[in-house]
Amino acid sequence: MINTINALTRSLNVFHLAGSACNNCDIEILDALTPKYDLERFGITLVGSIRHADVLLVSGVFNRKAAIRARELLEQVPRPYLVLGIGGCPCTGLMFRNSYNWDCPPSAYMNIDAYVPGCPPKPEAIISAVVKVVEGLRSGALVPRCLQDTTDLAVEGVGETT
Amino acid sequence: MKGNMVILEFLLFPGLLFTAIAGLLTSWVDRKVTALVQMRVGPPFLQPFYDIRKLFIKETCVPEGGAIGMYLLAPLMGLAAVTLASMILWRTLLDADATFVGDLIVLIYLLVMPALAVMLGAFASRNPLASLGGSREVKLMIAYELPLVLAILVPVIQADSIRLGDLLMNPAPISSLSGVLALLVCIACMQAKLTLVPFDMPEAETELSGGALIEYSGPPLAIFKLTRAMMLFTLPVLLVVLFFGGLLNGPAWQRWLIGFLLWFVLVAITIVIRNTTPRVRIDQAVRFFWGPVSIIALVAVTLAWMGW
Repeated sequence: MINTINALTRSLNVFHLAGSACNNCDIEILDALTPKYDLERFGITLVGSIRHADVLLVSGVFNRKAAIRARELLEQVPRPYLVLGIGGCPCTGLMFRNSYNWDCPPSAYMNIDAYVPGCPPKPEAIISAVVKVVEGLRSGALVPRCLQDTTDLAVEGVGETT
Repeated sequence: MKGNMVILEFLLFPGLLFTAIAGLLTSWVDRKVTALVQMRVGPPFLQPFYDIRKLFIKETCVPEGGAIGMYLLAPLMGLAAVTLASMILWRTLLDADATFVGDLIVLIYLLVMPALAVMLGAFASRNPLASLGGSREVKLMIAYELPLVLAILVPVIQADSIRLGDLLMNPAPISSLSGVLALLVCIACMQAKLTLVPFDMPEAETELSGGALIEYSGPPLAIFKLTRAMMLFTLPVLLVVLFFGGLLNGPAWQRWLIGFLLWFVLVAITIVIRNTTPRVRIDQAVRFFWGPVSIIALVAVTLAWMGW
């Protein structure tokens, strides 16, 4: 029997899910994957298809329309997977949280495992977050939320009101 | 009893297990050298094994409305074909007299199968991007098969045999002009057969986001990746057998050392080409293979016929 957590954390394929972000976090995510930081040392590679993904890097405010797409995408990820919220927007919505197109924070309908606050967070912060999540998973302090019983998620209704 | 031995050979050595391990190590060499070219440290030694292991614990997603049977069988077809091809090659290397007449033709057919498997899997997955990748794979295959078979004809003409064992014993190819030309053609075709840059348009990460394999996840994807790694290991071995047979003489250790070095040089050429060229369009690739490459291959065949 293969140890699920060990197998998963040694080879993380990252998929970048930008939900109407302002592009700052997206650029920092790409910076973290450049040769300077060389994440392939830890087996982390960027993939283009969500079917190949193990980690979703979620950035942006996720307005009503983007929330529908994000939910659709999340149903297509093969389990087990991790979701990391990159930047202040997935945490709190920052200054956009009172705007007309903001419905609810992404954590209401996504299993977000960890947040990396910052506007935008530096590549070092993103890497440090990944390292902490991997350590947490290996020590057993953290269980991927997609493997937990998460009935508190709003499966229906998010983003469908206009 | 003999049947059992063949099954063991297929599953362990020189079949599935041996080729898989060798292929994954080759793909580590590929990734490490790529990293060094980009001034990075690169992945750890066992990274390809970790990748495959991880894919085996992932869920297998099956696209709704796709041809599920074909979708799941395609990767196995490719894996079985490349395993058999590697087994035929290694039986030749271990004992040049143990092979049958016409095994070269069987081998050429078997080495088409992995590309065919990618294609069938792509079309079965009912994804428009995968279909695009699959159709590019078809066009690429039509483009490179002609010069590849022409180039393989050169050692066949020189050795006057279609048995791999005779080709291995034949010193002619690399010491003649036609042999050198045919080897160059084969290296270009090998790059396309492995769908590596500059001929990686069926996958095209940035353009088709995974292309032909976009819908695959979990174990089927692992099998596809394993097949590719095994091809990366097997094709250079085939070229060593076809073209450098004459150099593999002397005592056993010397033969294996020379063979390994030649194999490594061929792999290194592939990796360097992959790291120093941009991706070409599919029409440019077809024009390249049917134009200059086919002409060089024809010239090589003619020269071989005249005894050069």
